[in-house]
Parts: sequence; structure tokens; C-alpha cells
Amino acid sequence: MSATDVPAPAPGAGRSRILRVCGPLVEVACPADVAMHDLVALGTGRLPGEVVAIDGDTATVQAYEYTGGLAPGHPAEPLGTPLSVRLSPELLGGVFDGLLRPLADSGDLLASDAPAAGASRRPSWPFTPRVTRGTGVAAGEVLGEIGARVPLRLLVPPGLAGEVGWIAPAGEHPSDAVVAEVGGQEVRMAQPWPVRRPRPVARRVPADLPLNTGQRAVDLLFPVARGSTVAVPGGFGTGKTMLLQQIAKWCDADVIVYVGCGERGNEMADVIEELGALTDPRTGGRLAERTVTIANTSNMPMMAREASVHTGATVAEYFRDMGLHVVLIADSTSRWAEALREFASRMGELPAEEGYPAGLASQLAAFYERAAAVRTLGGADGSVTVIGAVSPPGGDRTEPVTAHTERFVRCLWSLDRDLAYARHYPAVSWSESFSRDAPALAAAHARGGDPRWAERRGRVARQLAQADRLADLVELVGITALPPRERVDVLAGRLLREAAVQQNALSPADAYSTPEKTAALVDAVLTVIDRCLELVEAGTTADAVEAVDFTPLLRARETAAPAETAPVTAARDLVLARLKETA
Amino acid sequence: MTGPAPIEYTGVRELRGPLVVVEGVSGVGWDEFATIVLDSGERRHGLVLDVDRDLAVVQVLEDTAGMNRTGTRVAFSGSPLRIPVGTGWLGRVCNGRGEAADGGPPVLGVSSAAVGGAPINPVRREPPNEPVLTGVGAVDVLTTLVRGQKLPVFSAAGLPHLELAVQIADQATCGGEPFAVVFAGMGLTHADTAFVRDALAARSAARELVLFVNTADDPVIERMLTPRLALTVAEHLAFAEGRHVLVVMTDMTAYAEALREVSAARGEIPARRAYPGYLYSDLASLYERCGRIRGRPGSVTVLPVLTMPGGDITHPVPDLTGYITEGQIVLSADVQAAGAYPPVDPLASLSRLMRKGTGPGLTRGDHPALAAQLIAALARSRQVAELADLVGRSALSPADLRHLELEDAFRSRFLTQGRDENRSLDDSLDRAWEVLLTLPRGQLGMLPAELLDAHAPPADEEPR
Repeated sequence: MSATDVPAPAPGAGRSRILRVCGPLVEVACPADVAMHDLVALGTGRLPGEVVAIDGDTATVQAYEYTGGLAPGHPAEPLGTPLSVRLSPELLGGVFDGLLRPLADSGDLLASDAPAAGASRRPSWPFTPRVTRGTGVAAGEVLGEIGARVPLRLLVPPGLAGEVGWIAPAGEHPSDAVVAEVGGQEVRMAQPWPVRRPRPVARRVPADLPLNTGQRAVDLLFPVARGSTVAVPGGFGTGKTMLLQQIAKWCDADVIVYVGCGERGNEMADVIEELGALTDPRTGGRLAERTVTIANTSNMPMMAREASVHTGATVAEYFRDMGLHVVLIADSTSRWAEALREFASRMGELPAEEGYPAGLASQLAAFYERAAAVRTLGGADGSVTVIGAVSPPGGDRTEPVTAHTERFVRCLWSLDRDLAYARHYPAVSWSESFSRDAPALAAAHARGGDPRWAERRGRVARQLAQADRLADLVELVGITALPPRERVDVLAGRLLREAAVQQNALSPADAYSTPEKTAALVDAVLTVIDRCLELVEAGTTADAVEAVDFTPLLRARETAAPAETAPVTAARDLVLARLKETA
Repeated sequence: MTGPAPIEYTGVRELRGPLVVVEGVSGVGWDEFATIVLDSGERRHGLVLDVDRDLAVVQVLEDTAGMNRTGTRVAFSGSPLRIPVGTGWLGRVCNGRGEAADGGPPVLGVSSAAVGGAPINPVRREPPNEPVLTGVGAVDVLTTLVRGQKLPVFSAAGLPHLELAVQIADQATCGGEPFAVVFAGMGLTHADTAFVRDALAARSAARELVLFVNTADDPVIERMLTPRLALTVAEHLAFAEGRHVLVVMTDMTAYAEALREVSAARGEIPARRAYPGYLYSDLASLYERCGRIRGRPGSVTVLPVLTMPGGDITHPVPDLTGYITEGQIVLSADVQAAGAYPPVDPLASLSRLMRKGTGPGLTRGDHPALAAQLIAALARSRQVAELADLVGRSALSPADLRHLELEDAFRSRFLTQGRDENRSLDDSLDRAWEVLLTLPRGQLGMLPAELLDAHAPPADEEPR
């Protein structure tokens, strides 16, 4: 345990003793001054725990480590402060556990009795002051700039204001060093913040700018705004983690906070390795350098899983306050909800649905509400977009976590088992997903020079729905029984699915798609579909149209680079020429 | 297995199901290992589930039958359960508590390890990328097992999952590198146990196998310990001794039932189908012990076998297992009815790590494309079969008719193999080619032209 995790005892906080241990639930004798959510150091190993209930002279503590061997009579020390994390520039590129302790400092195995090996790296950062001595500053205002790969700013901490008494000169400073003095108080680059308290902002602003995820199914049909919320429900094997990892890699946010919450260890290892190897197309650096990874795999202590989503939200808000756009990805919120259930059960709380505590819905809502597009205290624009995976047991969408989450989010990307099993990535169902951000984003696209965005989206959605409806009919009567126009509609559905909506996550050209390429692909397919319709209406047989080789169009998404449109246009023209021959 | 027990407590207050509540204890820690001595002198073992002031709730591994309030003495070991680890386990047959069942002496080791294990640090994990070959064609070609992976077998009552698990345990290798198998049987019948011991005798004699068996009439609660012993022994063989270790755990449904029984006895709030809410985390604490560690030579690969009650894949045990594991091998009653062994359903089965563990230098250059094409063709074959049922064979196009015959060719020429047949990867891949080449070249669009040229006469071109 490093010194930052369990701070020195606050004056007046007395020592106490453990009364009961039942897994992560620990009861301690409670001195009168212990407050809810205070940290408690448990046993001689000083395992961190948090007070979750106080009853008379007994406090209930949820422990964040394995409590094997902990016994009644062992010491416990209330620390007088809530669970806090250290927010600093070196979060970028790091991998942390649920309490934001760097995993690089631990050994091969995470044993609770094996203390962290050595102090965490505390590198120096180039600092450039932006205020001078004697300037009056308020909370959230910029004191200076920190030269990391992502442009960071040192802000006046919330709750502090006054005159700048001293500011460090330009140069390299370690993150623990004092770099300014405001209103008589020292300001360091690294600042603590309690994880359960949202960081203050000047005000929320409407979320009306698109977050380009690079995934066409999403950007085209179910777009999300910066500062909005998304839930991604899907049974096992539907590609939740794949989709979220692709968004972590390719979306156009400034900072990604990736919380692996109760998921697979090998998958975390994979994402950590890939982020370290891939180049960020916008900065030229490594993708890892804009990413904070919080890894709490399914076999790591369960209660740290509960804390990890709040830790992730706090880190996201820290970067947001610097005027950055942050995406917080939580995979999976169902495992977090299970940690809540596990602890509620041990506390003997009255269960609501399927054993979950009655507060599940409000806790989910509170977590998603930490997403926002904001005007920061310092007057900058920033946002936190929350994307949470949901893992419904048995694929049952009526189970409590899925059912409640659907009510609180702005966008739902439902993953479809049939699409996933047909190896259609991303398996976002067009019939069971929604985006409440779409109208606002249509206006944003129109302002941004793409006035046809809403029209294109509507046309694609209609065509896909029509093709689905006809597909049911085809299964009964066969394709040849349909009138020519409907046969072209079936063909249109296939072309849209395979040439535009589907993506190859493993292909460097197709792993992500810029808005321009997405628009070009969709326009190309729609143009070809229109020509097919004209042909059958002019008397060409549906057989002849179906027999045309559409391969260039289907391959265009992989022949054009992520930001290219010319190969798409060329493929369209080639197919149009072939269609002309059938007329 | 325990050290000297300093204090014996006699204050048994309550006995319920597998639980005994002891009063008047002091200094007893949570998850400590306990030894219980009965009136008759019989020794039993337990784990502390809850310790509240001077009360300790102990879960008895051998059940509480015959225990009474006055004659039962409980001693606590002072630490969570540890077992000796080392190569001394190789070649041994033990019961579900790790006691020798082969007439030999108790297993000793130079060091000991806690059976709960410790999570592997995610940043120290090496992503799995090399295959384990099982000699079973359907597994090696279509759902390749990768070193450090967890890949379950989903089965149903009446299917030969135990035969398949034993065949894999008997035949699996890692390309000549040091290898071992740890086999944990839970709730096996005596006939099954005898079958497992016989079939694996050769591997056991070669000191490449550790066998733990909890039989169906052994204490149910003991099953909570069996997989943890197996994994603890495996982790040491892998990460300290540098072996690639395959851990076969069967039947995980029997394990989950033991977990449910303890949960019910404790009066915990039940979740789905009365399984405890922590079933996911508990299963993860077993399955997640697989993996590789950077800078260490060995690996732990986990192959859990579970029977889906009523064949229901949405039952909590297969469902939660599927959320944790990296794919699944699904056995199907339909394939079994068609007379094929192993009855693997190729379309429902998947190995998520296969992409990284196959290909040139790992298996064979043509393997990934070949497997993808075979799956795609089988998917088309199944669609065509459904269509043929609805509209009749006469309405099918010639290409569709060729696909109709593909599934039969797949079953007879590729899938079916002997229960003791160790099929080489080359043989399996060549059979996959043989099956695919019953289709015209034009239907094999996922295979690169140069691969097709090497295996198929280019003249066999037909219009679509």
C-alpha cells in the first residue's frame, strides 16, 4: 500500500477494533466521530475499507481487498477522510486498479498481503505558467499549461480563490511539487478528490456536438453527442467488448477512460497491449497516451469493482475540467451492479428485483448523470460521455439492470445475437436500438456542412426495416415470388448491410471510418439502389439486376482508407456502369 | 494438511446443513481453515464463512452428518487453507480433498500455496497466442485451444462430454514443450471415475497427470475445494516449474450446486434459479486463474465441462460461464443422433482467441482461412437445409444443392473420429480441405486464390 492510498490519520480519529468479518463485510467498533463513507484501515495489513452504515456504536465497512485471516479483535483505524484518488498528469497511459493504484507497481500476482513494490513513478512534467504573481484567480481558472501528449492545464482547485502569491517558473516540475500558491494555499500538479463527489462545474450546456466513434452503424444510425450517455446491452458472444474497444481506439475524444469492471483478464491484457502499439491518427502518438485504463478483472476483489466506476468518473471529470472531451467506457456495468447486490445481501438489505437492492435504479441513474457537456468553472467547454456495457443474464432484456439502464440513457446500442453469429460486426440491431440525440446532431451536421445527414439516416433506416420485413416473407414463399420492386428492396438491404453498415474491425482501412467516408459509402450504395429501382421500373428483370457483380461496392469499405472517399466513388461508378449494361 | 492446532473449541451452538456455528472463539480469522474432530475420533475439515465477535460459522467439507453439540471439537489453523505444491503431485490420484486415493503416501511438496490463489496482475499478463493441440480434429481446426485460454465444453445429459474431456486430457500436447494435465472430477459416478482412471492411466504413469476425483457419493461441499486444489497445483507447475498445464474441470454444474447448497443453508438472498448472487464472481475466481505471465515460461489453460440442465444455454451456470470464458465448445444432441463423435456443433462453437493462436509458424498457414471458410460454408449449408424443408429440394439452385450435401460430408469425413484416435493437425486440416472441395471453387470466396490453386484443380470452375 503506498502512502497516497491510506492517508495519515486525521487529528482526533481514534483507533478502533474489528468485531465481525464476513467476506468483504467488516464491522468495527465505531468511535463517535466516524462519518459515512470515511476510509478505515483494517487489520495490521491496513486493508482499505469504506464505512457504509453506522448503527449505534458499530460501523459497517466494505473492504476493498481480500479479508482472509482478518479476525475480530484486530485493529481498525478510521482515517477521517472519504475514499479519494490522486489526480495527476501521469494518469495518462497508466493502468490502475479500482482504487486508482498503479498496477505497474505490483508484482505478477495481486496478493493483498504483498505490499506494492516500491513507489510509483513520479515523473517531471514541462510546466508553463499562464498567470503572474499578484493576479486574482477563481476556482477552475488556468494557472499554467502542462506539456503532456494531450494538452493539459493546471487549474485552481475547486473551492479555492484569491491572489496568486507565487507561481513556479517555466520548466520541468515533478507532479508532487508545489507549483503555485493561491490565496495562501499551496497548489500541486497532483490533486486529491473524493471519488463519490462529482466535481463542480459552472453549468451544464446542451449536448449537441457529435462524438464520431468511427463505427458506421453507430455514427450513421444511432449517433451519440459529446456529453451524452449510451448503454450497450448484449448477451455473451455478441461483441460488446469488441465494439467498446474499437470506440476506445478510434473515437475522436481527447481522453479515454476505460474501466474494465469485472471482465476477462486476457481481454484487459490484450487491450493494454494494443493501445500501446497503435498510433493515434490525430496526434501521431500512441493511443495509450490519451487513455487511462482501470482494470478490475472478474477475479480481483469485488468491492473495488464497486468503487471502480466512480473512480473512472472522477478521472474523466478531472480531464473534462481542463476543457477536454472525455469518453468514459465501463465494461460491464452489470458486474458493478452485481457487486452492489453482493454487498446488499451481506448487509441483510431487503431485496427488490432478483435480489438487487431497492436503490439499484437510483445508483445507476446517478452514475450515468456524471456524463455531461459543461461550461467549466474556468469558462472552457468540456464533456464526459459515458458508454456502459450491460450483460443481461441469459440475454434477458427485462432483467433489472438492463431494464433500468434503458430508462436513463440517451442512446441504446442493442447488440443482436443473430447478427453477431453471422459474423456481422458491429452487431448493433437497427430495430432495437435508439438515439435520442439524433435530432440535435442532425442540426449539428447541417451546421457543419452536411445538410443531407438526417435525410440519409432516415433513408437507410427505412431501407433496412423494409428489407427485414421482406426477409420474413422470403423465408416463406421464396425470393422469386416477390414483385421486382420488392426484390430490389431485398437486394438494397443486403448492399446496405454488407457495403455500409458492416465493418471489419481487423482491417486497418476499415477499423474506423471518418464521417466523410461514411457519408460517401452510404451515398454510393443509395445511388446504386436508386439506379436498380429505375431499371426494374423500366422493365429490366430482377434476375438481371441481381446477377450484376456488386463486389467492387462491397469491397469499397476495405479498399478506401479511413479518410478516403475517391475509391468509394470509383467503385460506385464501376457498378453503375455494369448496371447500365443490363438495361 | 494442517499445522498443529493450538486451541480446540467445544462450544458448538448450532448445526444446520453443511454449517456448524462455534461460540466462544477468539482470534479466529475469516476464511481460516478448520479441523473438526467428532466424538468417534473422525476428523473433518472446514472453512470459516463468517466470524462475528465470539461466533464462527464454519462450512464443513464432509457435511455435518453424525456431528452433535457436545462431542464436537473445532480447531482453527490460523490461516486460510494452504496445500503443498510441487512436482510430487504428478502421477498421483487423489480424492476431492487432495488426499491420496491411489494407496500411496500423502503428497508432500517443498513449498505450499493458498488454495484461493491470487489474481494475476492484468498488466503482467501475456496475451495468449500459441495453440494447445488436442488431437481432436473438430477442436484443433475449428475452435483451437490457445495456451492460457479458458474454453468450456457445454453439453447436456446423455452426451459424451466426459469421453471428449478424457480424450483431450489424454492426447493434448504443446509442441514438445513440457506439459501436464490436472484433471478435477466433481460429482462423477463410480463408473465414470473408473473410466477416467483407466483411460488416463498411461498419462498418469508417465507422470504428466494429476487426478482429483470427488465422486457423486462423496460429500457435496467438498466439491467447492476440488477445483481450487487442482488450480493451485496447476499454477505452481506452470509458473514455478515452467510447464504448460491443461486443467480439465468436470462437471461445473455439480460444483455450482454445491455452492447453491451452502448459500441456501446460510439463508442468503437467492438470485436466478436460487443460485447465489455471487455465482459469477465465484466462477470467475476459478476460470480467471488461467493465463500466461510475462517472462515466465509456463501457462495454465482451463477446460471446464458443464452439463446444461434441460439443454438450456440460458441456465445461470452456462450463461455466466459464457460471460467469463473465451468462447465455448457446444455439444449437440442432433449431431449425436446423426451418429457422429465428437458431437460438436460447429456453428454454436467458438474460440475467441483462435485468431491469435493459429496460422503460419503456430499451426499451418492455411488454417485460419480454411476454418473461416468451413464455418461459412456450414452456415450456408444449414440455411439451405432449412429452405429445402420449406420449399422442397426441387426449388433449390445447383449451388444450394451442393451445399446441402456439405454437412453430411463434414460429419462423415471430418468430424467423426475414434474415441482413442489421436489425429494429427495436418490430417485434420487435409480432411477440412477434402470436405470443402466438394463445393465448386466459385463458392470458396474466403480462401485466397493461391491456397485454392495449391489444393484444388483450377479446372473445377462452375458458373454460380
